[in-house]
Amino acid sequence: MTETSQTTSTQRQEPGILPVTARLKNLPWWALFLLFLGILLVRSIFRDENYQDAFEFIAPGLQITLTASVIAFAIALVVGLIMGMGRISTNPITYNIATFYVEVVRGIPMIVIIIYVAFVLVPFFIDGANGLGKFILETSWLSFLEGLGTSLSTLDITQINPLARAIAGLAFGYGAYEAEVFRAGIQSIERGQMEAARSLGMSYLQAMRHVILPQAIRVILPPLGNDLIAMIKDSSLISVLAVRDLTQLGKLNRSRTFRTFETWNTVTYLYLSMTLLGSMGVKLLERQLHSGVSVMTSIRNFFRKLWPGLSRKQLTD
Amino acid sequence: MSEKIIEIRNISKSFKNVDALSNISLDVNQGEVVFIFGPSGGGKSTMLRCINRLETVDEGEIIVDGIHVTDPKPDLDTLRAEVGMVFQLFNLFPHLTVLNNITLAQELIRKRKRDDASEIAMNLLKRVGLPEKADSFPDQLSGGQKQRVAIARSLAMNPKIMLFDEPTSALDAEMIREVLDVMMVLAQEGMTMVVVSHEMGFAKAASDRMVFLADGKLVEEGPTDVLFSNPKEARTKAFFDQILY
Repeated sequence: MTETSQTTSTQRQEPGILPVTARLKNLPWWALFLLFLGILLVRSIFRDENYQDAFEFIAPGLQITLTASVIAFAIALVVGLIMGMGRISTNPITYNIATFYVEVVRGIPMIVIIIYVAFVLVPFFIDGANGLGKFILETSWLSFLEGLGTSLSTLDITQINPLARAIAGLAFGYGAYEAEVFRAGIQSIERGQMEAARSLGMSYLQAMRHVILPQAIRVILPPLGNDLIAMIKDSSLISVLAVRDLTQLGKLNRSRTFRTFETWNTVTYLYLSMTLLGSMGVKLLERQLHSGVSVMTSIRNFFRKLWPGLSRKQLTD
Repeated sequence: MSEKIIEIRNISKSFKNVDALSNISLDVNQGEVVFIFGPSGGGKSTMLRCINRLETVDEGEIIVDGIHVTDPKPDLDTLRAEVGMVFQLFNLFPHLTVLNNITLAQELIRKRKRDDASEIAMNLLKRVGLPEKADSFPDQLSGGQKQRVAIARSLAMNPKIMLFDEPTSALDAEMIREVLDVMMVLAQEGMTMVVVSHEMGFAKAASDRMVFLADGKLVEEGPTDVLFSNPKEARTKAFFDQILY
């Protein structure tokens, strides 16, 4: 009796070889269940007419959702970097502009931001462009810019399609969050780095570009990856502008066929397939970065895992 | 003869309510090695950092090789290119190899070409005894090695003055020697050096003058042998008693 309890409590576990019960406990049951549901859905799509119909109608929305998310995110990164540096600047003008932007935009719901950008800001900029164009045309010494003047003054709201406005809205909204991510990343780099760079004679911008930002980017890659996944989810909001993304097509299919189950199961499944793959990618990237691998190698390894067949040549082209 | 390359005139600086520096004046001649010592928080590092304008003074003037450091808009580019600084915590760039640590500023500021900069870097690495570490990363080096690389990095800019802010204070005992050896050679080669440190042995062996700073005030200064053997101020004597076992 005492022997068995002694052996179980003092039993040395060989690394990597756990007893069966422990291994069963550690399985990611949630993922397996999800996979199971996914398989069920795929089966339904092949077997059930309604599911097939729903899938064929809704799946094209994937392209819009992904395109909008990726482009908007890329723009948000640029906006975020500029505004992030503004947030830590000592110059009162840049600091206040950046802080105004970040505080205001983060205080408005994303759906309202998208609507606001589409129906207030974009028309406002069109008016401004028109005005600038007219000014250029009317001012004689600016005649060399005539071409630009004409195109600016004739710019019309209908030339900016809903998708473009949706992307602008998403980028505008997310830029504020990325600004804070960049700010935190830059500030996480110890002061001594900037001091050493400046002591060697580098300007503030040179120090940022060659010393601080390369280190900061490594720190903020996981949060950025997570924000990209969040962007994919928030892209569903562009459906309020009637852009034919995944969600909008879901709504349209619902009103077209009245098949709520098939419609929304398909939409949900398609979003999950993007976001779950995305978060697995982020976790992989995180693990790479954590083990001290350089940023470029991490990103390359990430792509290697996705497409093992890719040769080194194809990767570096 | 030797002309003054650093002139510090009546500088004062306070942080919030604390007087970090009170009316300090000091001159450093070209080729001199000045050793600054004193209790922690006495203002030594602050004063050093004012020389290359990592800190600003509230009052007073600092002139380095003709450059008025304390002007509202000084010629920082020239100043920092002429004054090299070595930090207590090394501050090497972790994302760059040792070689690139040393070539980066050369290429950016001295506008040297890659090959020239690399050659200079390798020569400096040989001088500090670490040529084999050129392609290593800073986190693969020991503390003493990191500091020697940091010294090489600053020397690559051909500065006229080298500032050392407690260069060995973060090192394990056995690594202090290798760094001090490098600094010793620099001193013998005639580099103008201002060293903030606790390493009295180095002071005795390498420095021309010693300066005792406490509570933001310059208590005493003088030629090394004189100050060491016969400190005039009571405060200085008390400090020596404390640290010289």
